[in-house]
Parts: sequence; C-alpha cells; structure tokens
Amino acid sequence: MKYALAVYGAASTGQSSLTALSFARALLVSGHEVMRVFFYQEGVHNATSLTSPPQDEQNLPEQWQRLIAEHDIDAVVCIAAALRRGVVSVDEAERYELSASNLREGYELSGLGQLLEAAVEADRLVTFGD
Amino acid sequence: MSQTLCIISTQAPYRGQFAKEALDAALVSATYDIPTSLLLMGDGVYQILDGQSPEQLGRKNLSSMFQSLELYGIETVYVDGESLEERNLDPEQLLPLYTLLEGDAVASFLAQHDKVLSF
Repeated sequence: MKYALAVYGAASTGQSSLTALSFARALLVSGHEVMRVFFYQEGVHNATSLTSPPQDEQNLPEQWQRLIAEHDIDAVVCIAAALRRGVVSVDEAERYELSASNLREGYELSGLGQLLEAAVEADRLVTFGD
Repeated sequence: MSQTLCIISTQAPYRGQFAKEALDAALVSATYDIPTSLLLMGDGVYQILDGQSPEQLGRKNLSSMFQSLELYGIETVYVDGESLEERNLDPEQLLPLYTLLEGDAVASFLAQHDKVLSF
C-alpha cells in the first residue's frame, strides 16, 4: 500500500517522532511504499541539522535523515511552520538575511499543499501528533 | 481531486500555533479545490468564541481568519455540541458561523468524508 506520514511533534517534546520513525521502518520492511513524510507544526524540528544530544541518547533527526536517504523518501517540511520555528534552508537564510541555515540535506521546504496532495493521493495518511 | 477532507482542530486558540496551523491547512485544502470541512472538537471549540482579545498576548485574533473561510468556500464551521457542553459553553457565545453537531452526529459526519486530518 502507498502510505504518507505526517509528523506534528518534535523529537524533544513527546513520543510522536520516534513512533512515526518506527512506523516508517515497519512499513518499508513489510514492503509498503512511503510516498512522503510531511513535517508540520513542531514536527519541523526533526529536520534541523543542529541537534547534538549526549552520546548515550538517540539523535532522532539524524535517524530520520538516514532512513530518508536510504529509501529515497520524499521528505517535505512545511515552509511556513519551519520559518516560524527557525528551521531554514540555505536559500531561505539568504532570502531573509538570516545568520545561518540548518535544514538537513535530503529535505525540501515546501507548502502545505504537499500535505493535502499526500492526503488525497496516498492509500493511507497516518498522522503522528503529541 | 474529488475526495472530501475533514480537518479536526482540537486545541485552544492561542496554545502555540496549533489552531492557526490547522486553519492554514483548511484554507490551503480549500484553495486546492478539495471539498473541505472544518470541525472543532475538544478545546478547539474555544477557537470560535466571540469577543476574543488576544492582542493582550501579542497574538492575532483568529476570528478574522474564521470570517474569511467563506471566501475560500468553507461556508460553515462544524462544532461538536458535546465539547461545548463539557466546557459549559452556550452556542450563543460563538461567532455565528457554525453548524452544531449534536449527539452521535459527529460519527456519521466523519463517515461522510474520505480523509480526516486531525490537529
């Protein structure tokens, strides 16, 4: 089946990011397709490249990135939600004259239309909130 | 895109950006010509209370967003009656933009939609 995931929670604020990641792995192992992961609301924090937790703790944004790269998953971060929370690409950092950018490689900043398209096109859209 | 979508908004109006971002999703959905319903449940029913003054919080009033929904083709906002009762709210306290869903009506209402997005 063709799945899309929507992630609304940050790794640091609850269970939803880890649950979504585990779900995505389980889908892929079971032979399903993950057509898109859309990060919205606090979920945009999963796309920052600046997380560096202590060594004995898991780095969920890094694990997301690895999964996304390994399986060539379309990873979309809501641009309005991301800019509001300080998750920015190189292009957006230039546009808004910000001092740095931090969007992980392999993610795309785009509009909410990508979430709605996924909702309509996927067989199942599963959301993970807190 | 003839699939119908229901957006459920469940958080209080000025708790972080939850309500604003759920409304954004509803507006974008409607502009993509997806038949879209907006349903307020739980603390989400506070979003449509009349007489809010969030300026004191440095926040924009959500009421103007609710009033602009019609321009995007969302002609009414569905409100869960049970959530109102639980919070001792009277429908007369709401902006006159709503349709009340009472009793079991929410279940059959959701069943009429192909997809549901919950915020």
